[in-house]
Amino acid sequence: MATIHVDGKEYEVDGSDNLLHACLSLGLNIPYFCWHPALGSVGACRQCAVKQFKDADDTRGRLVMSCLTSATTGTYISITDPEAVAFRASVDEFLMANHPHDCPVCEEGGHCHLQDMTVMTGHSLRRYHFTKRTHLNQDLGPFINHEMNRCIACYRCDRFYREYAGGTDFGVFGAHDNVYFGRPTPGTLENEFSGNLTEVCPTGVFTDKTHSERYVRKWDMQYAPSVCMHCSLGCNVSPGERYGEIRRIENRYNGTINHYFLCDRGRFGYGYTNRKDRPRVAFIAQDGKLAQASTEDARARLGGLLRGAKHVVGIGSPRASLESNFALRELVGAENFFDGHSDAEHVLVAQAIAILRDGPVASTTLKALESGDAALVLGEDVMQTAPRAALSLRQAARGLGQKLLAQQKLQHWQAGALENLAQDHYNPIFVTATHATRLDPIATETCRAAVEDQARLGLAVAHFIDPAAPAVAGLDAATEARAQRIAECLLAAERPLVVSGTGAGSAEILQAAANVAWALHARGKTVGFFLAFPEANSFGLGLMDARPLGEALDALANGAAEVAIVVENDLFRRAPTARVEAALDKARLVVVDHQDTPTTRHAEVLLPAATVFEGDGTVVNNEGRAQRYFQVFDTAYYHPDIATTESWRWLRRLLSDVRGDGHDASTFDEVSSACAAVLPQFTAITKAAPQAKFRILGLKAARTPHRYSGRTAMRANLSVHEPRASQDADSPLAFSMEGFNGTGTDNTPADQRPGALVSYAWAPGWNSPQAWNKFQDEVGGHLRGGDPGVHLFTANTQASTTYFTHIPAAFVVDNTTPRVVALPQIFGSELLSSRAEPVASRITEAYVAMNGTLAATLSLAEHDSVAVTIAGSVLSLPVRISDALPDGIIGVPDGAPGIPRIATGAQATLKVGAAA
Amino acid sequence: MSTADPVKLKDLPKVAPFVLHPDDRAAIVHEKTLYDYPRAAVIEALKIVQARHGWVCDAAVTAIADVLGVTAADVDGVATFYNLIFRQPVGRHVIKICDSIGCFLTGYEALRAAFEKHLGIRYGGTTPDNRFTLLPVVCLGACDRGPVIMIDDDTHFNVGPDGIVALLERYA
Ligand code: SF4
Ligand code: SF4
Ligand code: FES
Ligand code: FES
Repeated sequence: MATIHVDGKEYEVDGSDNLLHACLSLGLNIPYFCWHPALGSVGACRQCAVKQFKDADDTRGRLVMSCLTSATTGTYISITDPEAVAFRASVDEFLMANHPHDCPVCEEGGHCHLQDMTVMTGHSLRRYHFTKRTHLNQDLGPFINHEMNRCIACYRCDRFYREYAGGTDFGVFGAHDNVYFGRPTPGTLENEFSGNLTEVCPTGVFTDKTHSERYVRKWDMQYAPSVCMHCSLGCNVSPGERYGEIRRIENRYNGTINHYFLCDRGRFGYGYTNRKDRPRVAFIAQDGKLAQASTEDARARLGGLLRGAKHVVGIGSPRASLESNFALRELVGAENFFDGHSDAEHVLVAQAIAILRDGPVASTTLKALESGDAALVLGEDVMQTAPRAALSLRQAARGLGQKLLAQQKLQHWQAGALENLAQDHYNPIFVTATHATRLDPIATETCRAAVEDQARLGLAVAHFIDPAAPAVAGLDAATEARAQRIAECLLAAERPLVVSGTGAGSAEILQAAANVAWALHARGKTVGFFLAFPEANSFGLGLMDARPLGEALDALANGAAEVAIVVENDLFRRAPTARVEAALDKARLVVVDHQDTPTTRHAEVLLPAATVFEGDGTVVNNEGRAQRYFQVFDTAYYHPDIATTESWRWLRRLLSDVRGDGHDASTFDEVSSACAAVLPQFTAITKAAPQAKFRILGLKAARTPHRYSGRTAMRANLSVHEPRASQDADSPLAFSMEGFNGTGTDNTPADQRPGALVSYAWAPGWNSPQAWNKFQDEVGGHLRGGDPGVHLFTANTQASTTYFTHIPAAFVVDNTTPRVVALPQIFGSELLSSRAEPVASRITEAYVAMNGTLAATLSLAEHDSVAVTIAGSVLSLPVRISDALPDGIIGVPDGAPGIPRIATGAQATLKVGAAA
Repeated sequence: MSTADPVKLKDLPKVAPFVLHPDDRAAIVHEKTLYDYPRAAVIEALKIVQARHGWVCDAAVTAIADVLGVTAADVDGVATFYNLIFRQPVGRHVIKICDSIGCFLTGYEALRAAFEKHLGIRYGGTTPDNRFTLLPVVCLGACDRGPVIMIDDDTHFNVGPDGIVALLERYA
């Protein structure tokens, strides 16, 4: 701690911070542009100037950049000093000299840091009246707009994109007042985190193109605290809605998970909720076709169907909430409740949960990954399966720069020095995979091998770390040596990381990863252990101990069960088509979903489910953290004829119809509490967020900003009589600007807003995402009201380390029937985001990848077309040669058009026929 | 034109497709060995290419990036930062007139006007016969003998408007 004096007042601050960071953390306002809590200081903009004095008696002082000055004890500064104030106003005026006066047509307007800072500095009259420099803009692909004239040359974009995120197709061009930030040539920004530019850039140079189509100002949208549904990490998001459509996704700060950044799948994958082809009313099959039906008719039909059936099975889903899965389980009975994962994933998820819950090392958090100083990434292609984790791993790698800074007695925030010292040097990261991954460029070593061989390497590493872990016999000398190198490196680290997951489709990989983590733990290391799961709520569903899906399909196919209720799931993604069809042809099928899928087309009754934006629920992320997502808007307010509602609510209605108890108006808290009561593993979920009765200073929290406009008119097409705003019985949030909208203060619990109830970032004077500063205990730290979410179990440190002892046999290369692996894709592998237009346009064409040796034996060249037989179906695919693939393995992109969904890691074989 | 239109480059003169000369490649590979980090060799690589071709085209940027193992953005960032690395074609000879303060005092403005009139081009322009390109340059460190200009690598001192025709004749 350090004592500093600001404008005559004494404050205790963290002495390792710079003055800007320290003052913002104290709640004091200093304007700034180039500094960013996650990017550090470079002193590019000069906006953060304050007056610094030698001591208490010095009255002259000198201007310093607060972002470049340490907050050491005995620092005397003034923010309000007239010279400092005038200097800051002049800096803003200079920056504005070339800035167009286009706020009214600029999509940054209303959440613009440049607007906020211009107001804060008091610069209100521009004296420059000459020609402004102008630039041509680039087409940067489907996600991001480019309007370079608005640039103030703060360099944040470049520092984020190239240094923080490792992008290679972006740079700064030109010099003096003619610098240009963009790609070397126009084209799609390729980095998986490009969307963060829209929040990192303090001006309107980079804006969200998916929002442009149907643009609306930040203050005119309605928000709720939400959770990304597009992978298992559960990044927190703030979706904005207008007129019943989701218009964009912004990051929602969670200091334990995603903090300031999202991946592009999460940010741009929301379009599935706005699709016209979604079921929005009930449907009943008539003459082999689904026809619209009233909710009453559908319920009557279902009541009869369910009461009459002898045996009903329920199939849950890893993309549905805990509550929806639980309500289904209650409706059909625990013994008739089946997992919605594929059978292969069922095994993997159970294995991963057992490792984290019963082993001695629980999961670390996404944020904590960043402080690792050596990592083994075993088998999981995180950039494609859990993208945000790849960004965290990159920060772990870049952490070497921090060590170098410390050696030079420099501060952690000195970003320019850090880049100079670190150059291309990174903390050691070892990456194993069947194929090339996007982490390879920062990897110390990569190992491309079949999953068995990766597992054998991992097991050998564990044995080197702790000889009590089983040894692997029969390794070649090179692999032995590699295992030893990795082991030594992990042991030498202060905070080694072990990252793996279900993505490789191999329980043996998971077991090997566990052995490594546990061995490090046994050697007294603080190990960060991180496993990616298949989908948003895979962990939650896995904890329900449902029976495997295959058993349900068999029961339906052989007539043991006659009715199936499928909730938010497309079974054709879970099992081979023939097997699903055999089951569904016999079954009477009820589907509750918000997407039109091959499964819904087999339904006798289809009920329209709410998407994550339209309802409430709880999901459990890959660390075992239960997180609540809140309904963003009430669909029925705009469209009274729409019947969508949460699956759990539909299922509760059906339950009451079956029982005839008339209790069909369950609230979220009822269902959630019932789930917590019936299944003790979920006891904590009711604490994931405050319940509906919670109030702050007697108020619900507002979903819309104060300035929200047009509510009285937005239904005028239906009726000129404005109805009462929608009421929300399920949460402590109001569908209104009336409600608590404050940030809370430090020491008064009364007005403390729980982190889980912050719908969007706004504080007086702070309209941009930089407003998160006002919600944090210290800038870039945790939310003052607590980072959202609750862990379902704590580390089982008492657990003894019982190593896995199964050693898989080495992979046997057979190039005549090579093994097929599904190559995971950030754009394409996940169902919902791939139904969003901008993401769909980024999905790769189908291809088959193989190494040069195999291609040569088959006389194939790049782009040649080849007939590939996978699990009975014949596909004609162009060849891509990738020498990263090991012998005996070919890859096809998961989720590409025309590629059947191969159960990840299934050992399908293929025959390469004559070129088609 | 809406400012949101994608970049449309002006029609550039037709040039033969760029091929990195084997000698230049070898020279760049050699430069790379002299530094700890390949990015440090970018400036030398650009000079090597420009020495042969007179300017650095887009394909050359990519070629340098490939040889050095850095990104095209890195190479172009350096190329566009330095005003004497030419990213557009220039004439056979490049005239650089010092426009810094010393030469302003000794007759820069008349000299510039004379060049522009004689050549019929302005700063940044190239004569139609592709013989001369005219550019300004910062102080050449010979302020006592201004106005100063450079043509290619030659520095000329005390250049007056009257002498320019004869001077230019020396550059075919
Ligand atoms: S584009 Fe935006 S982030 Fe990049 S330098 Fe300009 S103002 Fe800063
Ligand atoms: S990493 Fe996963 S949870 Fe986070 S934004 Fe991307 S898809 Fe969503
Ligand atoms: S924020 Fe300090 S100089 Fe830009
Ligand atoms: S000012 Fe022209 S040479 Fe110095």
